[in-house]
Amino acid sequence: MAEQQNVLEVVDLVKHYPIKAGVTQHVVGHVRAVDGVSFSIKPGQTFGLVGESGCGKSTIGRTLLRLTPPTSGKCIIEGKDIFAMKRKELRAMRPKMQMIFQDPYSSLDPRMSVSEIIGEAVREHNIVSKAEYRDYVLKVMQDCGLRPFQADRYPHEFSGGQRQRICIARALALNPDLIVADEPVSALDVSIQAQVINLMRDLQEQRNLSYLFISHDLSVVEYISDMVGVMYLGTLVEMGTKEELFKHAMHPYTKALLSAVPVPNPDIKMNRVILQGDLPSPANPPKGCKFHTRCPNCMEKCKTEAPVYKDYGNGHFCACHLYE
Amino acid sequence: MKQYIIRRVLISLIVLFGVSIMLYALVRSMPSDYVTLSTSTNPNVTEEMRNHLRELYGLDKGIFQGYLDWLVSALKGDLGDSMVMKRPVSQVIAQYAPVTFSVSAIALALQLIIAIPLGILAARKQYTKTDYIITTLVFLGLSLPSFFFAAVLKRAFGPYGLDWFPISGMLNARVNYPDGMTWAKLVDYFQHLVLPISVFVITGLGSMLRYTRTNMLEVLNADYIRTARAKGVPEHRVVYSHAFRNTLIPIVTLLGSSLPGLFSGAAITENLFGIEGLGNIGLRASQMADVPYLMGFNMLLATMTILGFLLSDILYAVVDPRVRLS
Repeated sequence: MAEQQNVLEVVDLVKHYPIKAGVTQHVVGHVRAVDGVSFSIKPGQTFGLVGESGCGKSTIGRTLLRLTPPTSGKCIIEGKDIFAMKRKELRAMRPKMQMIFQDPYSSLDPRMSVSEIIGEAVREHNIVSKAEYRDYVLKVMQDCGLRPFQADRYPHEFSGGQRQRICIARALALNPDLIVADEPVSALDVSIQAQVINLMRDLQEQRNLSYLFISHDLSVVEYISDMVGVMYLGTLVEMGTKEELFKHAMHPYTKALLSAVPVPNPDIKMNRVILQGDLPSPANPPKGCKFHTRCPNCMEKCKTEAPVYKDYGNGHFCACHLYE
Repeated sequence: MKQYIIRRVLISLIVLFGVSIMLYALVRSMPSDYVTLSTSTNPNVTEEMRNHLRELYGLDKGIFQGYLDWLVSALKGDLGDSMVMKRPVSQVIAQYAPVTFSVSAIALALQLIIAIPLGILAARKQYTKTDYIITTLVFLGLSLPSFFFAAVLKRAFGPYGLDWFPISGMLNARVNYPDGMTWAKLVDYFQHLVLPISVFVITGLGSMLRYTRTNMLEVLNADYIRTARAKGVPEHRVVYSHAFRNTLIPIVTLLGSSLPGLFSGAAITENLFGIEGLGNIGLRASQMADVPYLMGFNMLLATMTILGFLLSDILYAVVDPRVRLS
């Protein structure tokens, strides 16, 4: 396969939130929400980003699209660095990169009808001519499993699954190359989750979309992803193709996560790796390997020296002293 | 919708009935009455004459009988005669309501025009210098009393200061205007209104501005605003067609509840500037225990309050698609 240009290339993304304190509100420290993350996504592929709550995966999604300003790093889409853009350029780029948010209840403007929600940005970016506009919106709705008669209804008249379809339709209407899906199904019932995930997969095949799929649900990520990255306290600890990662997990954290995935068969005995302790504060991450406070395989070296994040073959990256 | 309005109106009638009972009981429970108050400085008036006057004014009857009499004639459309103004209450209200209403309505419109954009600005620039300046000024307006501003404005712009505006009354007393409205009369009228309206605006601005700012902040942090930004909608559209449209919902409530204020005016401010309006008359009426005027005036306000809430509930359904009245 010829080397294709990546849809998205993230280089050393950093996002720190200042901690302010005292009467004068001076900065006393930083929450290192994202602390140097690099990865890339090929056209038509899905990159699954997993990690527990507070590890910075949602921050990555929002920062990539500059919905929150990044601290440093690069985010290259279509050969251009999103972080270096002026506001006007950025807005012109918006249709190329869309986002689906976690909560379909709060992320739709309650005062806009569905067709307005889907069509507003279509008009704003002149995706189709005025004459085709209405048909185009209806077509996108149909592609996402919504009926034309629902076009003039308001979000509150829909169920959670339908609302997420509206969100997907909204993103899709702009013909994006990349969709950042931030926990798109975790607010939905399990039965609905499958429908929405399948819809996303079908749309990906039809339109050669790329997804950055952020989730804490490993079974969902395994189902939809081509590449998977595992995050811990703001950094990637392991990354690889789905097959590699799920079959030959290297990092103890990944192993612990994988052992926690429920298996729908009560006869299979699960060998769960139980992690001790809580997630340390990202404002004051542990020295050495960030994971050493909870790692079952912790060595002396881990407490002082940060492991190098490197390629162990087949594009399987990992940061752990066990393999050095 | 129609059924909803009819039901609300019927409930309102019951509420008004209850309000009238309480009002009458309160007004009549004053430790003195109109006859005592108006004759106390005249040594020639004997107790006999006073009792005779009380009979004439209907003040000799007990609270219960007096209320029934008032209610029966009020239901027939007769609100009685104002003791202070010596004229039928309905006539007094009809004559002076337009004055109070026009002053308050202009003031309210100005408040909205100033408060809403400034509130939006303060919310968009939260915790910046702009925000701090706006909120500090607003706080001054909120916390200092109207008579303070009235005094400052009178001194600054009145005859002892810049002499730009008259400081009292509605028309220049030295000019003889014809009965009808003329251009010169209208100009004179508005010149007299500049200072009182300014006081209304300064003192009323604060709560509306803070209300707009708070609601705008809440909406600007909502997820759907983030969605709109992610769509690539230009910022002015994000602010006005997404955020502000959603802020309208709470603002409508505020507008509905300001309806009675349009008729009562601010009695103190009217009094300070010598404006002959319903509030100013109400102030005198309560000093003189003018039962019929106080009843008529307060019932008008009660009706307006109820109407205002009904209006804002109906407007709710207009501005918020989630609300269906039934």
